[in-house]
This record gives sequence, C-alpha cells and structure tokens, in this order.
Amino acid sequence: MCHPAAAQNDKPLLMLQANGLECLRGERRLFRDLDFNLRSGGLLRIEGPNGSGKTSLLRMLCGLLSPNAGELRWNGTNIRKLGETYRSVLTYVGHSNGLKSDLNGIENLRLGEGIAGARIDAREAEDALARLGLAACADLPTRLLSQGQRRRVGLARLAFRARCPLWVLDEPFVALDAAVVPEISAMLSAHLERGGMVVYTTHQDVPIEAADHSSLRLG
Amino acid sequence: MTQRDMTSILQASEPNQTIVSATIENEASLRSAFAAIVRRDLLLAMRRRADVLTTLVFFVIVVSLFPLGIGPEINVLRVIGPGVLWVAALLAAMLALNRLFAGDYADGTLEQMALAPQPLSILVLGKVLALWLTTGLPLVLIAPLLGLQYDLPADSLVTLIASLALGTPVLGLIGAVGAALTLGSRGRGVLVSLLVLPLYVPVLIFGAGAVEATASGLDAGGHLSLLAALLLIAIVFAPLASAAALRIALD
Repeated sequence: MCHPAAAQNDKPLLMLQANGLECLRGERRLFRDLDFNLRSGGLLRIEGPNGSGKTSLLRMLCGLLSPNAGELRWNGTNIRKLGETYRSVLTYVGHSNGLKSDLNGIENLRLGEGIAGARIDAREAEDALARLGLAACADLPTRLLSQGQRRRVGLARLAFRARCPLWVLDEPFVALDAAVVPEISAMLSAHLERGGMVVYTTHQDVPIEAADHSSLRLG
Repeated sequence: MTQRDMTSILQASEPNQTIVSATIENEASLRSAFAAIVRRDLLLAMRRRADVLTTLVFFVIVVSLFPLGIGPEINVLRVIGPGVLWVAALLAAMLALNRLFAGDYADGTLEQMALAPQPLSILVLGKVLALWLTTGLPLVLIAPLLGLQYDLPADSLVTLIASLALGTPVLGLIGAVGAALTLGSRGRGVLVSLLVLPLYVPVLIFGAGAVEATASGLDAGGHLSLLAALLLIAIVFAPLASAAALRIALD
C-alpha cells in the first residue's frame, strides 16, 4: 500500500488516466470527452463555475459515481476491476466532512481511520488536530464546532493518509481562515514531494508547491 | 489458524511470504475496521440514549395494550401472547431501521465507509450488530417479563427468549436491505415498512410458532432450527445486498 519508492525514483511509478469521460446528471450533460493523465507527484486542479460537474468528476475518480462513457485507469487497469485495491490507494475528503456530530474530533479521527483499516492512538489524533489549530476543541463534540473548524477536523485525517498515494479533495480550502490555509497547502506539497498525487477543486487561488501542476476547466 | 502459526509457515516457505503477510495484514485491518464500526455505533447510541429507549418503550407499550384492550381472559391471552409479542417485536424493529443509514448518508460518513478498502458488506454487518445490541438485545431480555402479562408458562418463556434471540438479528439484517434500498428516497419511513414487513413473515411464523409449540407441549426444536437457518442465510446475503444497494444510493 505504501509507495515510498516513488519519491526516490525520477520515473513516475503511478498513473491515473481518464479516457473520454462523460457525465450525465438527469437530462443534463455536464461534461464529455474528458481526458487527463496524472502521474506521481502531479497536482491537478479542477476549475469551473458552480454546477459544472466538479464534484461529480471527483466522485467519479473515487469510483462512487460511474462514468456514463469512458473509463478511468489506475496504472493501466480500470478502477472498476481494481475495487478494493483501488480504494486502498485513495483518500477522499468530500463536501461533507464525514464527521459524526455527536463524537469529538479525536473520536472521529480514531474511529474514522479504524473504519478505513488503520489503527491510530489518541495521542496521534490529538497531534494531528493540534497541527491544524484545534488543540483547544479536540474533545468537543463536532456539532459544537464552527463550519471552518469541522472542515479542519475533516482535513486532519490527511495526516494519516500518507499510505494512500491519490488524494481527491473537494474544496479543501472552503471556510478555512487564512492562518490554516498555508498548513494545508504544506501538507499537500509534502504529499506530492513523496510521490503522491492530488486532485482538488477550489475557488480560491491558493499557492501549492508542486513540480507538476496542471489544471482542467469544466463547463 | 492463529497468526503465530501463519508466521511460522511463512518462515518455512519464503516465496509465499509476501502473499501470506498481505493476507494477515488484510485480516487484521478487516477485524479492526469491523471493531471500529461497532464501537462507533455503540458510542453514538450511548450519546443518543433517547433513540435507543424509544424502540424499547414502544415494544413495552404495544405489548401491554393488548391485555388492556382484550380484558383479563387468561385463556385468550395465553393463545394470542406469542403472536402479539412477536408482532410487537417486528414493529419495534421497523422503528430503528430508518436511522440505520440515514445519519451516515447525511453527514458523509457513509461515503467514507464506501471508500474504505474493506468490503462495505463487512461494515454493514458491523452496523447491524451494533443496532441489534442496542435495540434487539434489550427487547429479547425484557420479553419474558412482558410474557407474564399473557400468563405464558416458564418453558414457553424460555422458548420465547430463544426464538427472539435468533429472530431479531434476522429482522435487523433484512431491514438493513430495506433501509439501504430506500435511502435518499422521499417518504422513506412508510416505504421501508411496505418493503420489509412482508419479508419478515417467515421470521414471524417460525418465531411465534416456536413459542406456541412449546405452549401446547410440542418440541420447538424444528422452529428454532429454521430460525437459525434463516439467521445464517441472512448473515451471508443481507450485508452483500445492503452494500450493493448503498452503492446505488451513493451514485
């Protein structure tokens, strides 16, 4: 599941390819004939106005939504065929943060990672939250947190996802204050540095250090 | 085979090492994922005790209404007792179903479960287990007390406990399929009932049948064996069906 070798090698070892993707939502066609290649260390920004299909595309990359035409390949194999193997290389932080509002930040992180099959202890969870400035409210139920703080808890799980090379992030910077944005962007750069890849959408222009930065415009 | 056995085998046969250690790792993460989802749902149930209590209180009230409505005719009560207890158990099981996936769907945790490297069906099984522990088990434990209102003899009460212990998990498992199929649709509450109640009929027949058999001096073993068989079938197939339905709901 880990691919530390990718960082040392100059040759890209991992590749996500999209060939002729098409997305229909009801009667509307959001996009068609969409192609891209993403390699180890690659950062892909999806741009476009509201309703242009950015979230649908990200959900498609995760395998939650099946493309109406075209296919997605991970290292040359269709992601449908890979199933659990593909899900083990993937991390998705969606629009909803995936937090239980009755549990606190630490419990959310620990049990959330547990469900993803990894064991972390309370100390590690606390550190990850502290890094995003949540040390003071780590033991509050997340329903008492603000929108931005919940977003931070949702993003804190990235600290435990170095083993997953592909990060798919839907509007990671939304609702975040200026102080924490550089921290998230540093996490993303570090991930790219070790050979991971990141696909994200954003309406804010946040500088992320990346050797291989591309963008894709929808709509 | 324990993990230590596996390790010694893999030391003996080098070439298979990566495959075997990968299997061990998968098994361990599967177990930890199952444990994590059960723990999470139990913790959530602890934080929202009212939700858990409603099912139990509903069961107690429905069962207690019948003697009040019918009057103290001991012979009538004895005859209808097993049926009433079982029908009330079905209805109480229905109550909890709407909450099974709806919360996870709304807050995005269902998405995270669907993206976990473990099979979604295992996580569904964990959720159903937690649901049963919080809503099914209390019902099983309180049922003999309520059975006294119907003047059920002691051996009938024992059979009642056994039949409910085998039957209520089946209700949860079948219900999970219904809850998953109706996820995200309007008028979900009624729809789940219409979908799931007919499927509960075999459980009702064998469950109530077991208690009636004991009451009339027959052996309940046949009914209980059939309930156990239903449980095994449901454990294997219901999580798979629910997982497939959940993936459709997320699409």
